[in-house]
Amino acid sequence: MESKSIHNSEFAHKRLKKRYGKERRFRMWGVAAICFALASLGWLLFSLVGTGFTAFQQNFMSIEVTLEQSIIDPQNTNDRETLRGANYRRIIQNTMYNQFPDVTERKAKQELFALVSASGATNQIRQMVYNDPSLIGKTIRVTVPTSDQVDQLLKGYIKRDVPESRRKISDQQIAWIDDLKSRKIIKKKFNTILFTNPDSRDPELAGIASAVIGSVMIVLIAFLLALPIGVGSALYLDEFAPKNKFTDLIEININNLAAVPSIVFGLLGLAVFINFIGFQRSIPLVGGMVLALRAFPTIVIATRASLRSVSPAMVDGALSLGASHTQAVFHQKLPLAGPGILTGSIIAMAQVLGETAPLLMIGMVAFVTEIPNSISDPATALPVQIFLWSDSAERAWSERTAAAIIILLVILVMMNGVAIWLRNRLEKRR
Amino acid sequence: MNQNLLYILAFMAILVAAGYVYNRKSVLAQARSGAVQNGRGSMAHWHSQANYHGYFTAWITGLVTFAIFIGGVFIGGSGLPFLLAWLGVIILSGLATILIVNRKITPQFRARNYVERFIKLSLILLSVIAVLTTFGIIMSLLFESLRFFDKVPVLDFLFGLQWSPQTALRADQAGQSGAFGAVPIFAGTFLIMLVAMVIAGPIGLMIAIYLSEYASKSVRKIVKPLIEILAGIPTVVYGFFALLTVGPTIRNFAEGFGFSVPTQSALAAGVVMGVMIIPLISSLSDDVINAVPQTIRDGSYALGATKSETMKQVVFAGALPGIIGAFLLAISRAIGETMIVVMAAGRAANLTGNPFEAVTTVTVQIVALLTGDQEFDSPKTLAAFALGLVLFVITLILNVIALTVVRKYRERYD
Amino acid sequence: MSDIESPSTDVKFTCRDVKVHYGDFEALHGIDIDIPDRGVTAFIGPSGCGKSTFLRTFNRMNDTIEGCRVSGEVLMDGQDIYDKTLDPVLLRAQVGMVFQKPNPFPKSIYDNIAYGPRIHGLTSSKAELDALVEKSLRRAGLWDEVKDRLKLSGTGLSGGQQQRLVIARAIAVSPQVILMDEPASALDPIATAKLEALIDELKERYCIIIVTHSMAQAARVSDKTAFFYMGDLIEFDDTEKIFTNPSNSRTQDYITGRTG
Repeated sequence: MESKSIHNSEFAHKRLKKRYGKERRFRMWGVAAICFALASLGWLLFSLVGTGFTAFQQNFMSIEVTLEQSIIDPQNTNDRETLRGANYRRIIQNTMYNQFPDVTERKAKQELFALVSASGATNQIRQMVYNDPSLIGKTIRVTVPTSDQVDQLLKGYIKRDVPESRRKISDQQIAWIDDLKSRKIIKKKFNTILFTNPDSRDPELAGIASAVIGSVMIVLIAFLLALPIGVGSALYLDEFAPKNKFTDLIEININNLAAVPSIVFGLLGLAVFINFIGFQRSIPLVGGMVLALRAFPTIVIATRASLRSVSPAMVDGALSLGASHTQAVFHQKLPLAGPGILTGSIIAMAQVLGETAPLLMIGMVAFVTEIPNSISDPATALPVQIFLWSDSAERAWSERTAAAIIILLVILVMMNGVAIWLRNRLEKRR
Repeated sequence: MNQNLLYILAFMAILVAAGYVYNRKSVLAQARSGAVQNGRGSMAHWHSQANYHGYFTAWITGLVTFAIFIGGVFIGGSGLPFLLAWLGVIILSGLATILIVNRKITPQFRARNYVERFIKLSLILLSVIAVLTTFGIIMSLLFESLRFFDKVPVLDFLFGLQWSPQTALRADQAGQSGAFGAVPIFAGTFLIMLVAMVIAGPIGLMIAIYLSEYASKSVRKIVKPLIEILAGIPTVVYGFFALLTVGPTIRNFAEGFGFSVPTQSALAAGVVMGVMIIPLISSLSDDVINAVPQTIRDGSYALGATKSETMKQVVFAGALPGIIGAFLLAISRAIGETMIVVMAAGRAANLTGNPFEAVTTVTVQIVALLTGDQEFDSPKTLAAFALGLVLFVITLILNVIALTVVRKYRERYD
Repeated sequence: MSDIESPSTDVKFTCRDVKVHYGDFEALHGIDIDIPDRGVTAFIGPSGCGKSTFLRTFNRMNDTIEGCRVSGEVLMDGQDIYDKTLDPVLLRAQVGMVFQKPNPFPKSIYDNIAYGPRIHGLTSSKAELDALVEKSLRRAGLWDEVKDRLKLSGTGLSGGQQQRLVIARAIAVSPQVILMDEPASALDPIATAKLEALIDELKERYCIIIVTHSMAQAARVSDKTAFFYMGDLIEFDDTEKIFTNPSNSRTQDYITGRTG
């Protein structure tokens, strides 16, 4: 078959091969880019889960404690202050020494005592006696956390084959731990401390309870403030505003606010809410207000998108029946846009939940060891807690930090899951 | 006191609800009797539906009682007699308002128009909050920065090469004003942004191109949400990832070649930030690439171009303004990002272009200056606001340019 | 086939039982037609009759539409263009296409024309490329209007100029065939007249197939006309015959305005 076209020449075919080579390489770059992004995601999740999942279990000691009258309340006053201030440490020490009666040397005794979480155990017993003074004089069995070093050893993070001088736990201690373990005194259990305790100086006692409560308060406040502001602005801009300079200004403002670095909102909160108005530092109320300002532009954008997706026929129908414009918008348009607005708001709240920097600015980095009772109690938030814990290099802390991150991510996945579910339901209905 | 306020507010809510119910009923009753008299449909000759008379009453009642409530807060008395008197005045004036409004109920009264005007007014007030927020940001940054520039000259701040704000705390020292030359900070910010964009720019763009031009629908449906997960991960998590995993990996890798690199480095922070920004670039670019009309692609295919030739030479040329906009937004995002750099970049104000060294950024310094002990008037804390002002102005310029470019671009193909 | 005006008796495209499916929908029900090598062939018919779909089988543009299948035989100079060994990229270089809406690339006028020659490697120097650009623009009758603003964007031209730019762009890759899909539908009458004059010149060098809505246009520019109806080729003959004495009553109804 003879052809007269230059495009059927030898040259064209050779060139075409090269062009397809380029085509293949270009495609490969695309695949490589996707692989890089997905591999990064995988690496991130893998390293966090790998570091954090062990923190959901922790080693506890089940020990018999004799609550000696002579130590707790020698005069038998039964006075609350005496009960609170008694030397419970002594009792725990005695309990520990009783596990290995042949240990007499002072340094060895100290090492033995170091196996248990000292403040964890004493606080637990203090609370029990304080709540029920009739326990004094009895012997009770309690389950207390081991010290973080013991926990790390048993989880295999402190290596036994490292020379003794280079690990924080001595050979003697390891022997004791193995003995306690074989006697079933030390046991690994689900780590409820992580969920129910507030922050602590001791990793084995630190939990996310106060941070979670703080976060819940912040997100609720932000939601209650940002939703009306966001939906109101969107309704005004889309349905009522005249086309003029002022409306343009509002619109540019909202689009820009959505892209302003979050830390700037923190500076605003510090200067206006705390220094100017005089709110207290570190409280969820201020955190919620600052993050409401951060979040409402997102809600405005989502609301406008879903208002626009409502078919104009719906509104025209209402108008043709003699409804006023306001009636048509509030009775026809807004309800139809509702699920879309809700989806956008949930996604905005997921962002609020992950925000850290603005909260640092308004002082929510305080070391909070109590669970906040109201929105004006000093508190911290889950991401801030993660930041605070991440500062400590010890393995016990990074394990807990990663665990807190896993919890945060699970909550975020659930929030986004609800948002996606809502959106799908909405799309099906249309 | 707090609880008492809540009780008073609850009474006010009851009054508002009562106003709505009472006057709505009263309209319906009048309409019924009117209908009996003139034999027409009960609400037909009424300007506004009963609901609107109710809403109108509720609004007015709410306004009146709220004004008195605020008055009480300002007077700020205490003790039971004061509270009872306060509550009494609120209840009486509330009831009076309801009754006065009740007398205005006539078929001619344009209750609906009033209510709609109220609604519109409140919507305007809500949307003004956006302007107020920006105004508040500018004013607070400007105000504190001016106080800072009282103590440290602007030019020293913008062009000084030495940053050591810590010395400012010791008032007895010779260099008590501290060193507030921000150039090392700007340089560090720029370096990390550059590393992040080198990662995120090409990768984000290639992802967008592949997903919009090559990937089948099913691949797109799986990959796109997976990539978007990267955008949903809180930055504090990225920061920890950089600190825990990426930093040590880079350090170990460099040690393998005989270099010593700190765990906290511009590279570690920049790479992780780049990963964080990938979805921003890919989804924005995806949008702009999809906005290029199919007819233009067809024109290229009809000339015998391959997909990649069409993409690189035709679609890309068309999408370029939008892609530039996406990159500007990404740069703005990188400059303003805080947690990753706070956790992974370090605090040492090194003036260096070497990404293997620890550098510091504007946001890191703001955090460093404002957390921990602080007296509010020291140059140290005020410096944070000056840095915040620089950050705000730069990101504002980038955002406005980016948003305008993208909007113009959209209009072109609409 | 006794018409002396028919410039060539050579056949460019031979189609046998061509069917096109979009998913489960059959858009063309088996078309047999021989398209002559030189001159203008017009496809007419009511909207949705399949004429545009059929046009797109000649340069395999249907390949870019998802779910579109073509069966039957389309031979160009005796070679099956749907053969697996034939590359659509090289086919399209030989079969240019002009679309309904002018679609200049968002590039300068010069780069719009130079794009095709560059990707196909048709020139070996800048001077050669310049010459080719000029030749193509001249052939498309656009040179005098744009020679001073070759660096300006092609999207800034008027609709008629854009459409001629697109034709110049197609000419620049040295095609043998130019497909036109309602090229004048977005143009005003004056631009349309210019375009038709251009088509008249081009038919000396190229095989032109034009789809058009306007029967008057078909009558003005084409040598042969094919009438399509509901996915079938109803009648194909010399244009003069079709418009004066069609042999099929449905063609008659359409050209007299009774259907359509």
